[in-house]
Amino acid sequence: MAEYQNIFTRVQVTAPIYSGTDIGSDASNRTGATENYWLGKIGDAQLGPIYLGPTGVLSILFGFIAIEIIGLNMLASVNWDPVQFIRQLFWLALEPPPPEYGLSIPPLHDGGWWLMAGFFLTASILLWWVRTYNLARKNGMGTHIAWAFAGAIWLYLVLGFIRPVLMGSWSEAVPFGIFPHLDWTAAFSIRYGNLFYNPFHMLSIVFLYGSTLLFAMHGATILATSRYGGDREIDQITYRGTASERAGLFWRWTMGFNATMESIHRWGLWFAVLTVITGGIGILLTGTVVDNWYLWGVKHGIAPAYPALEAMPLQDPLTTGAGQ
Amino acid sequence: MKMIPNLRLPVVGAALATLTLAACEPPPVDTVQRGYRGLGMEVVINPDDRARSVAENMPPDIIPQIEDDDGPRAGDIYQNVEVLGDLSVGQFTRVMASITEWVAPEAGCAYCHEGNNFASEAPYTKRVSRVMFAMTQRANEDWGSKHVAPTGVTCYTCHRGKPVPEYVWAEDPGGPHAKGLARAEQNVAGKKAVAYASLPYDPLTPFLSEDYEIRVASDTALPNGNRASIKETEWTYGLMMHFSDSMNVNCTYCHNSRAWSDWEQSSPARLKAWHAIRMVREMNNAYIDSTADWLPDSRKGALGDPLKVSCKTCHQGAYKPMYGAKMIDQFPSLSKKTGVAVDMHKKGG
Repeated sequence: MAEYQNIFTRVQVTAPIYSGTDIGSDASNRTGATENYWLGKIGDAQLGPIYLGPTGVLSILFGFIAIEIIGLNMLASVNWDPVQFIRQLFWLALEPPPPEYGLSIPPLHDGGWWLMAGFFLTASILLWWVRTYNLARKNGMGTHIAWAFAGAIWLYLVLGFIRPVLMGSWSEAVPFGIFPHLDWTAAFSIRYGNLFYNPFHMLSIVFLYGSTLLFAMHGATILATSRYGGDREIDQITYRGTASERAGLFWRWTMGFNATMESIHRWGLWFAVLTVITGGIGILLTGTVVDNWYLWGVKHGIAPAYPALEAMPLQDPLTTGAGQ
Repeated sequence: MKMIPNLRLPVVGAALATLTLAACEPPPVDTVQRGYRGLGMEVVINPDDRARSVAENMPPDIIPQIEDDDGPRAGDIYQNVEVLGDLSVGQFTRVMASITEWVAPEAGCAYCHEGNNFASEAPYTKRVSRVMFAMTQRANEDWGSKHVAPTGVTCYTCHRGKPVPEYVWAEDPGGPHAKGLARAEQNVAGKKAVAYASLPYDPLTPFLSEDYEIRVASDTALPNGNRASIKETEWTYGLMMHFSDSMNVNCTYCHNSRAWSDWEQSSPARLKAWHAIRMVREMNNAYIDSTADWLPDSRKGALGDPLKVSCKTCHQGAYKPMYGAKMIDQFPSLSKKTGVAVDMHKKGG
């Protein structure tokens, strides 16, 4: 009974290495696969065959160059001290150029490396996108994965390229670094008057939290019915068996409505993709179209007023002359 | 025995949770509401930490006041008494005995005076103490209603029995970094001035010594030409971290976090802090910087600037220094500018 409730695969079936469905194309590159017991714990025990091709090789190369530029700049910022590099790793960053450079090409040592790392990282990501598109096509699949990935790339490009270009300054972009990019996020909201009042930020949060909720509901439903074959979801779409019946009945009892074995995946895909699409729109409008989201919210009646804290509320000392 | 595999995961999970949460403060904590309900404008107090902080911030024993104001003035009897010359000899001696306890309890009078000639101007410490007396009087008289009243400031507020107050600062040159690489002035671990964040690590120099613009947000909904950058915002953010750390309060002690810049939604403490920024700037420029020419290197930072005042120099982790103990009431001679102190604030930057 506990078999179905474990987060790891409890029973592994080993089989000869399988090179994949025959899709009528050259299968000579489907070699090099191996088996791994620990991978079998969390998924398919077969590793490979991996097909990189020109886009994959270039993508990994460009990605490596980007990471290398970022890492070496971090190392340089602690005077090439490997101990300090490890100790301070979460604090270190490669910062975009200072505001005075605008959109011009800064010297390498003062933001130029950031621009170059961004170029290689973007090239790497775009090439990987081409790869997801091509591989789906070769497999005779739909290109849903590529377009979902494109949604994430949209948000990435808005943050690091499109919005900085519209604002006329590379300095608006996000630094490469663990804590520094979080500082950037907080500072971005502080500078532009609280992103929580940005309706597209609201939508993005709804879809983000909605995605996690949907994923938990779906994952739990399938695991809960896997003793009746619920994990064979595709079978259940066409031949609605007892697993599907029970799952559907459960949700109808709970909330009156149930998604189908097929439509739940559409729910999941759209919630996830809309997270980054709406998020990107929200970032794009910030500073370009709206400069203070809180005041925008007041203007449009979405930021309520609360009773004043004091009988005589504070006044800006600069306007009252209290600073004199 | 069948229970054992089933128990393994919860046991491992509990162990991991314990390890992960080991650095957190154990509950319960007290909260004090400081704004309209539901806004989260509250101060969070850990009772254990607060008890420790109160114990660390107790005022010292005070030498009783001398009522007798008759007799000759200190300035008539002693030479080179330029600030407190109008006190009676008895009152003057009490202040000198007190400051010895406050600032140099181990070195005693000799910390500022030559043993056989107390009037000598040779010890730099004597000249510094004159500036410090003037600075203290100025703070109590002219910054009183704006910031320091009714708690007030004495030498002990900062010094706490040490010749150099524990929490002073100088311009931060940053750590070693590769030649030819521009210094980002941020993204470094272990910087106390910004409470160990990766924010710009020396927000004190531009805001508490120089007067760079602190405000970054726009006062209109739509773009109006405000070009304050996100990087500038991070400097302001760093300064706010310093405030928070100095007084052991969170952001909502002063602000309603939904609209940082809105004064009408801010608590009165924000206005106190606004004046404090100007007061500390004046202390650093008009008073402390005036000693820069003759101050020894041991009292300067790595870049050669004198050790300066920040919020933490007085507050030392308490929202009011020494939790509001009014030492100044016992020392009226420190609450009003006298002698050369009257004009000293006009000399510096």
